[in-house]
Amino acid sequence: MIDCAAYIGPYPFRHLPHPEPEVLVRVLEREGLLGAWVGYLPAAWHRDPLPGNETLFAAIDAYPALRAAPVVRPDWPQWERMLSDVVSRGAAAIRAYPMQWGMGPHDDDMRALAMACGQLGVPLVLTVRFEDLRQRSALDVAGDLTAAHVRSIARAGPAVRVVVTGAGRDLLEETHWGLTPAEQGRVFWDFAWIWGPPEDHLAHLFRTVGPERFVYGTHWPLRLTQAPRANLDLLPGDLQPSGISDASALAAGSTSRTREGARRVR
Amino acid sequence: MTDDTPLGGGSPLIDAHAHFYHAEAGRADWARVNQVRLRAGDRIGITYHVASVLGSYGHTSPTYFPSPADLTRGNDAMAALADAEAHRVRWYVTVNPNHTAHALTEIDRGVSRGAIGIKLLASRRAHDPLLDPICERAADGSLPVLHHIWQHRTREWPNQEVSDGRDLSRLAERHPQVSFILAHLGGGGDWAHTLPAVQAQSNIFPDLSGSGVDRGMIDAALDALGSERVLWACDVTMETGLAKLRALDVIGLGSDARANVRWRNASRLFGAHAFPRCQSAASAAAVGS
Repeated sequence: MIDCAAYIGPYPFRHLPHPEPEVLVRVLEREGLLGAWVGYLPAAWHRDPLPGNETLFAAIDAYPALRAAPVVRPDWPQWERMLSDVVSRGAAAIRAYPMQWGMGPHDDDMRALAMACGQLGVPLVLTVRFEDLRQRSALDVAGDLTAAHVRSIARAGPAVRVVVTGAGRDLLEETHWGLTPAEQGRVFWDFAWIWGPPEDHLAHLFRTVGPERFVYGTHWPLRLTQAPRANLDLLPGDLQPSGISDASALAAGSTSRTREGARRVR
Repeated sequence: MTDDTPLGGGSPLIDAHAHFYHAEAGRADWARVNQVRLRAGDRIGITYHVASVLGSYGHTSPTYFPSPADLTRGNDAMAALADAEAHRVRWYVTVNPNHTAHALTEIDRGVSRGAIGIKLLASRRAHDPLLDPICERAADGSLPVLHHIWQHRTREWPNQEVSDGRDLSRLAERHPQVSFILAHLGGGGDWAHTLPAVQAQSNIFPDLSGSGVDRGMIDAALDALGSERVLWACDVTMETGLAKLRALDVIGLGSDARANVRWRNASRLFGAHAFPRCQSAASAAAVGS
């Protein structure tokens, strides 16, 4: 199992202790995780994603367990070339932040990015939130990702694979039950922000949406990596073992397949 | 660790901030939620839940501004549950300081039925003089006060009259004989603001509960306050409570400091007599060591 929602780098709105890749590698080992898709945290607030991507690739180059999840911004000139380039360099997934970029739910550029990622066989990672709305800085005005965004992106085409991190039960259900079964199959969710007992939202979703729609994400270095494991451990007995999906399978074969596809897009 | 070993370890553990529901709380699944809390508590290894019922939880009066009638019904339900689960549940009597006479009567009634602390919501700002008679009653009865807190109050929020660490510090300064449990450091707002706000007020004890699992929060709390002033708790998300327990095990705390956070601080605040199974477990461990 891998972590689909890890970052390195500082956070603009509060101090994070040791957000370095060597620390992440130790934490993954401690938690029994085989690797992680890693984003560069400050890039969510950068206008031009290129420098952040370069920093990311350089920082994790020495750590085979860490796979880059760089940013591609589809309203930026030459984004198709940037996508091809990062995929050729081994990106396991692509991160996009429509809320931070001021993109509405039906943005054609974002849908085009989702389809291009799908054609290349790399999942598109969307982040609902970095921290709780109640503690957010007055300068952090983007708001949470909406279910309308996710539905629109999931409907962009059959090749789309979306991993949504940081959703709660409400957003997840509003999205899932607003999609056809085929569209539902394009969307995966981490459960880092979904409540366990006594409300048992995660158990409810495993029973209704299905555990196979979930992947493992920790949101390190923002959040305690122990949280998702604790949530799984506290599931009712009839839901063990959980049967969640491994995000690494979503990008399986991406190294060869996506590099070939990248040449086609380029 | 065997399959029977609790997920949170085998040593005593007190959840200082829990809630239960009842038939008039406006939700049909109230009994299921209560049972899930007890089931998950057993799985984690919670020795005692110290719990409250918050009136009707918004069903017939607002959660944070509960009516006297709803408080009475809720406290009755809480007392009944504590009686039925006497081996693992202790309770706070919940009051609204806007209704002073009712609050004082309700505290006396609750204590007579076994309540070991007082729960205050967000019905009145923490530093308001209306809280003084309640705190005087708390001092007389050696009753800790669990106060709902928003970590850094930057504005008014709907449906509650929120207080933050600064507000509670003003109240705690006026009542040095009372122990105040500052609710859910991880429960919303900026915990980094709370720690310096209460650092100098030694009768304030933050609990770690809340859905927030910000990395660095526990370390910062222990650095600022020491292990003698931090209480482990869950509130409405028990998985984050378990995550914080596991984090306590990897941040380099000694066994005494871990025991403080897990149960000893709660035992000191409420009185050892309130938690006999913790005392017997600790005694057995001491004999075996």
